[in-house]
Formats: sequence, structure tokens, C-alpha cells
Amino acid sequence: MLPIIEVRDLSKTYASGVQALAGVTFGIREGEILALLGPNGAGKTTFISILCGLVTPSGGRALVGGHDIVRDYRAARALIGLVPQEIAVEPFERVMDTLRFSRGLFGRRPDDVHLERVLRSLALWDKRDARLNELSGGMKRRVLIGKALSHGPRILFLDEPTAGVDVTLRREMWAVVRELRASGVTIILTTHYLEEAEEMADRIGIIDRGRLLLLEDTPKLMREFGRKRLTVELAEPLAALPAGLAQDGLALSPDGGHVSYDYDTRADRSGIARLLAGFAAAGIAVRDLETEQSSLEEVFLRLVEEAR
Amino acid sequence: MNWQAVRTIFRHEMARFWRTPWESLASPVVSTVLYFVVFGAAIGGRIQDVEGVSYGAFIVPGLIMLTVLQQSLSNASFGIFFPKFAGTIYEILAAPVSFVEVVMGYVGAAALKSVIIAAVIYLTALFFVDLPIAHPLWAAAFLILTAFGFSLMGFLMGIWAKDWQQLQFVPLMVITPLVFLGGAFYSASMLPPFWEAVAHLNPVLYLVSGFRWAFFGQADVPVAASLAALAIFLGLGLAAAWAIFRTGWRLRA
Repeated sequence: MLPIIEVRDLSKTYASGVQALAGVTFGIREGEILALLGPNGAGKTTFISILCGLVTPSGGRALVGGHDIVRDYRAARALIGLVPQEIAVEPFERVMDTLRFSRGLFGRRPDDVHLERVLRSLALWDKRDARLNELSGGMKRRVLIGKALSHGPRILFLDEPTAGVDVTLRREMWAVVRELRASGVTIILTTHYLEEAEEMADRIGIIDRGRLLLLEDTPKLMREFGRKRLTVELAEPLAALPAGLAQDGLALSPDGGHVSYDYDTRADRSGIARLLAGFAAAGIAVRDLETEQSSLEEVFLRLVEEAR
Repeated sequence: MNWQAVRTIFRHEMARFWRTPWESLASPVVSTVLYFVVFGAAIGGRIQDVEGVSYGAFIVPGLIMLTVLQQSLSNASFGIFFPKFAGTIYEILAAPVSFVEVVMGYVGAAALKSVIIAAVIYLTALFFVDLPIAHPLWAAAFLILTAFGFSLMGFLMGIWAKDWQQLQFVPLMVITPLVFLGGAFYSASMLPPFWEAVAHLNPVLYLVSGFRWAFFGQADVPVAASLAALAIFLGLGLAAAWAIFRTGWRLRA
């Protein structure tokens, strides 16, 4: 399948001399949820801003739905909806009016039926006549999503949609995003919450210092880059590990009742079989085994550190 | 052309105007009445006719110009500055619209507001003085083109301004003195020769003079010079808008 967004060697150096993007090349598939992860100042927002037309690229190209974002900006932008990081609304405007305004800017004819559908899906329909300054922060954020969806985009950019949002609302937001994906919208979100990326995204891209360090299917990423920990519960506590067994990643718990073993799922041999054979040879009885996958957070920190 | 977007911006701006009718319309009317009381009744009673026109009537074109210049600048600059200030400008930048369409929406609305206010001031003035218009079409042309020219400048100021102080600076510190010294309340010919020569360096004098000519058939400077001044104002505004369009200055990083 052709990617709906294709970027080649995209770079941005601001007038201040700060290089926010240092040549990024990749494609985004139609209908996927892609999460972009990275520390503050990694270049995530710059990347989104270039594709949406807020920032002019310094180099490289980007195609949205096959349209060059600079030369053919009208066709490219018509496909995109943007939910910015900061909550910015005109305070005295009413909810329905602000959606009508957004739709009009995109050159679309008024269609209140569509806007009603959007507002209902965001649980905002009974707030349609409320002024924006009367709404809570969470509602304002949903209004921004509504504005971004008012013209029926095929691609939605969500720049940190759940920053500073409480747990309930975050879950709600995830549900909205999943629904959108189900309707065929391609979603690109940036986030600081690794849990969010792991939970939501089909693919995860990790950006640091303006470079794309990695782009991988989420489960594959977890599998390939994840470290696992095997915890062995012993039938009898040990005072110390037998000398013959000692190896990297192996540790005895302070009470002597458990042995933990960290291993890399990328390695050819996990060393588990050898370990268990060693236990048997030393006459150590095993009561139970448990494995635990490391979180994306650890994967992320490791990758960023390795790249530096 | 994305006409739908032009219409959308235009309507959005006009909605703001009608949302606060008191500030939008009543305040220019009140200040006009005040000018009439002070200049027309209190001072004007002691001033003889100026070039055959009663002083009360004589000041009306200047008064309208003063208001049109100020309102065009402040309405258009506020219109684009506020989204910049509130952060909602992202929507305009991310929309499939060209700079020309954005300018048409904002400047068109600001100019129309100024023309509406000018009409209201004219109607208010009719309560005080007799005010026939010698060349109605020319009066309309001067009015509309001036409103457009200064709305365009206001729009550019709104893009230039980084804070509220800068936004206030040009209308207060530049336009008000230029209008007062531009013969809004007197004929430049009433000045001593040296100051009359200085007054002719003031671009606003040409606009006021041309507009007054359309009312009374008399002018401080030839009408052609007024038209040239108007063309220069419009041309400068369009050139600056074009430069911003090409570079994305202060809008796109």
C-alpha cells in the first residue's frame, strides 16, 4: 500500500540557528495510528508543524496524499486536521460557530449534519451553544478535536492530546481516537506518555535531536527491544548462588527465596535453558517461574541513550 | 480561489462587529457629537465660514476621515493580532488558503466596518448641519479606497505587532497627529505660508482635501494630487502585503 504521507530528508533549522529536524525520511501508512515519541525539543512538534503548514521546511520534501506540501499546499492541507498542543480558542465564540468557522476555512460548504455528528461523537452536542470560555479544559480540548474534524480530514495530527489531562479523560480521548481509526482516519500523535503509545499505536517512531532513531510496529518493537526478566521461585531459600551458576543478569533476592534473571530477547540464546539445567545439576528445586516484559519506557530510554 | 474561506473570515469578523454594537457604532457617534459640541457650537460660532462653507459643515469630511483612518487601522490590526495573541492563528496557517484570501477576508471586513461607521457619522452630522454632497460618487470612491488602504495597513500592523503596546502605537502616535495636522479641522490655506508648506508634506492632508472636495467642490490641493496620494497608500500597502506573502514574515517560522 502506498504511504499517505511520505517525507524525504525533511529538515528544519530555525532563524535562531536551532536545528529542530536533521533530515527525516519515512512513510506513514493510510489508516494507521502512528505515535511519535521523544524528549522535549526532539523535533516532534516541528515535524507536525511542517506537514500542516505552520512552519516552512529548510530542506527535503514531504508529500501528503501524493501532494507536495509546499507546491500543492491546498490539496495537501485539505486532507489534514490538526489538534495543536496548546489549547487555543477564541473565548467568546460559541462551540457550533467555531466548528462552522473551521469548516469554512477549509473551503467546505456548511454542513450542520456533519458537525452534529462530530459534536455527538465528542460528547459535546449539548454544549453546542456554550461559549468557549465557559468550558472546562478537557472540553476545550475536545472542541479542538471537533474543529480539526469539521472538514472531514483523512489524516489527523494530535500533538500531545493528553498532556495535562486526567486519567478518565485520557481514557475517553483514547476511545475517540480508536473510533476515528475505525472510520479509516490516519492518526499521527505525539506523546510523552509511553503507556499511551504502547496502548494506542500500531507503530511507534522514536525521535531525538531531530533524527528518527527507530520506526517499528508496536508489538515487534516490544518484542525485539524489550528485555525480559525471569523470576524463579525456589522451593528452599539459598544463602548464596552456587559459584558455577553465577553469570551476568543473575541475582538472588535478599531473603534468598527468589532468583531473578534479566535477558535480552534479541540475543540468539536467552540462556534460560542453561540456567535451569544448572539449577537441576546443583540440586536446587524450583517451585515456580514467572517472566516479565520491560516497559516501553525502558526501551525508549535505552535507545535514546545509545544514540547519544 | 477558496471563496468559501474568504466568506468565512469576512463573516467571522463582521460577527464580532455586530456582537458589540455599542462599542462598534455608538462610540464613534458619541465622539462625533462631542466634536460638534466643542468645535461646531462652542468654537465654530466664533469662526467665520471657511471658503463659503459653515465651519460646522466644513469639519465633517475631516471628522469622517479621522474616524475612518483610526477605525480601519484598529479594526484590521485587532482582527489579525487577536488570533496571534490567542494562538488560534494556527488554524488559518494550516488551512488551504492563500495569503491573498486571508487578506481579502480580514481587510474587506475591516473596510466595510469603517464605511458603515462613516455613514453613521454622516447621518449624525445631518442632525446638526446642512450637508449636501457635490460629487457623491467621488465621495464614495475616496471613502471606500481610503478604508481599504488603511485597513490593509492596519492588517500589516497587526502582523508586525508583538504586543498590545505596539498595536496601539501607530494609531495613537502617528495617525492622530497626522490627521489633526492634516487639515481635518481647518483649511491648510488658513496656516502661515511656512506651515502651509509643511502641511503639504503630510500625506493625510491629501486624503482629507480630496474627500472635502467631493463634498464642497473646494480643495487645498488639486484633486489629482489627492488621487495620487491614495494610489500611493494603496500601492504601499499592497507591496508590503505581497512581501509578507512571499516570506511568511512573522507568521510562519
